[in-house]
Amino acid sequence: MSTELTKGKIIWPYLFWWAIWCFITAWLILYAGFPFKNAIAEAILDTVSLALVGVAMFYAMKSYRPRTQNYFYLRIWVLVLAIALTIGETAALSRFFEKEVAYTGFLHRIWPLRFCYNFLMISFVSLLNWLVYYFKEQEEVKGRATAQEQLVKDAELSKLRQQLQPHFLFNSLNSISALVGSRPEESRHMIQQLSDFLRGTLRKEEQQLVTLEEELNHLRLYLDIEKVRFGHRLHTEVVCEEAGKQIKLPHLILQPVVENAIKFGLYDTTETITIKVEVTIENGYLIIKVTNPFDPKTAAPKSGTGFGLSSAQRRLYLLYARNDLMQATATENIFTTTIKIPVI
Amino acid sequence: MIRVILIDDEPLARTLVREYLQAYADMEVVQECNDGFEGVKAIQQHKPDLIFLDIQMPKINGFEMLELIDEPPSVIFTTAFDEFALKAFEAHAVDYLLKPFSKDRFDKAIQKWKEQYREKKTNTTTTKAIVEEAATMPEQSQRVVIKTGSKIRIIPVNDIHFLEADDDYVRIHTADGSFLKKKTMTYFEQVLDAGLFVRVHRSYILQLAQITRIESPDNEHHLAVLKSGAKVPLSRSGYPKLKAVLGV
Repeated sequence: MSTELTKGKIIWPYLFWWAIWCFITAWLILYAGFPFKNAIAEAILDTVSLALVGVAMFYAMKSYRPRTQNYFYLRIWVLVLAIALTIGETAALSRFFEKEVAYTGFLHRIWPLRFCYNFLMISFVSLLNWLVYYFKEQEEVKGRATAQEQLVKDAELSKLRQQLQPHFLFNSLNSISALVGSRPEESRHMIQQLSDFLRGTLRKEEQQLVTLEEELNHLRLYLDIEKVRFGHRLHTEVVCEEAGKQIKLPHLILQPVVENAIKFGLYDTTETITIKVEVTIENGYLIIKVTNPFDPKTAAPKSGTGFGLSSAQRRLYLLYARNDLMQATATENIFTTTIKIPVI
Repeated sequence: MIRVILIDDEPLARTLVREYLQAYADMEVVQECNDGFEGVKAIQQHKPDLIFLDIQMPKINGFEMLELIDEPPSVIFTTAFDEFALKAFEAHAVDYLLKPFSKDRFDKAIQKWKEQYREKKTNTTTTKAIVEEAATMPEQSQRVVIKTGSKIRIIPVNDIHFLEADDDYVRIHTADGSFLKKKTMTYFEQVLDAGLFVRVHRSYILQLAQITRIESPDNEHHLAVLKSGAKVPLSRSGYPKLKAVLGV
């Protein structure tokens, strides 16, 4: 935290600025005809207390920045601080120089002036602080917007790739080719499924959020095609709470995760496998769990997220600015990928 | 009768080949296999004249399966899409079928194969060359597949402590014991990641992460001591090479 003040080189102009005010205050007191020590005491006390208030505000604003509708509170705060500072300074100086009647009288006479000075200074400092954060925030928002644009491009690219996912597409066509001879009805059905699936991946980008129900339907098409390809070896279970079906989530966010689970499961074992997709709602999150079996002896899942999962994680980060929405864990021979979607 | 085995993890893909083969009275499918493990067993048992082999399969791929067979039968590769494999096929002028393939394309492949078969020109040497090349594929270079008796074992390269030359074989030392593979040291030197494995001797390659210290009984002899306690001799040229890689 302190690095923000020191590293950003804000600290030097800040100190310089207060040093100037320190001199001005001292000069004013000398000008009013009081001795040097009074001038020094006054200057140091005023300047240091205002500078400290400024620093305190800097850190307070770091964790809490008033929104436009709350500026009223900020003004109240500035007023309260100005009053407190005026009373505090007058009391401290009167006490310190209590034997100098001329000076204490002066102090009591000028309190409105002191209040105005404090009020203006604190207002100014708080405005400065606010601006510093405002520009910083602006920069972050801009950065995220650029990343978001990039994401749209990436998503488009990955959709294209999806659409042309060579292994999946050609093997599906090969299966259809095999079905045509013996089971023409089934082949027609599979052509329909494949078409619907491909159409789904071509959806317009504007509809970035879709309901869970739509997303699961799309997923089911994919799973059904894979089941035709792999026959009895592949079993799937999709369980979803009824209440969750209308919740919105990013389009095609589940697809790569399930695809990864299928690849991982089917190519890492020779047995029959079950891919499970479970959706629950917990504490304002849609929790989607995808599990697949694997062979811990030979697979050694890559640390952290696993294989094709990084793109899904990246998308979640760009959409929600959070890195903790996807987790991958391996226990014994089950690999679990969990996605959390904040319910809006 | 020409005896054929179909090896593909997708049942419908096998159905299609079987259907196309019905037109050939002189060809007979003796077995269908779901994966490379079944494939190895079936090939040893039936000694087929021809196999149709898919590349991407569970646990071990088509190339790795061929690696486990001493005298591989002649092969017609079938694959949907596999950039690396296609490049290798083209380079070695090997015929392959791209899924989905038509009956015409299939017939041509069979005709071509039959000509070679009649002239006894079955191309096991090209097959072997392709299999060696495939071992450098990213997926395959992460593991070594070996066969001990009827058991097939997949060893992730990270589990290898060191390799030792043993006549025509290479002995692979791991925490679970040591296993023989019919390959040369040069082969492993090429296949294994040079950043992880170093050939320190004519007869030894070791994994850098396994080294705990280097012992020098005298100026002439140097040994690398591994985590397992094994001591691997370093040759005159191997010692400075290892020191250079380790940066000591």
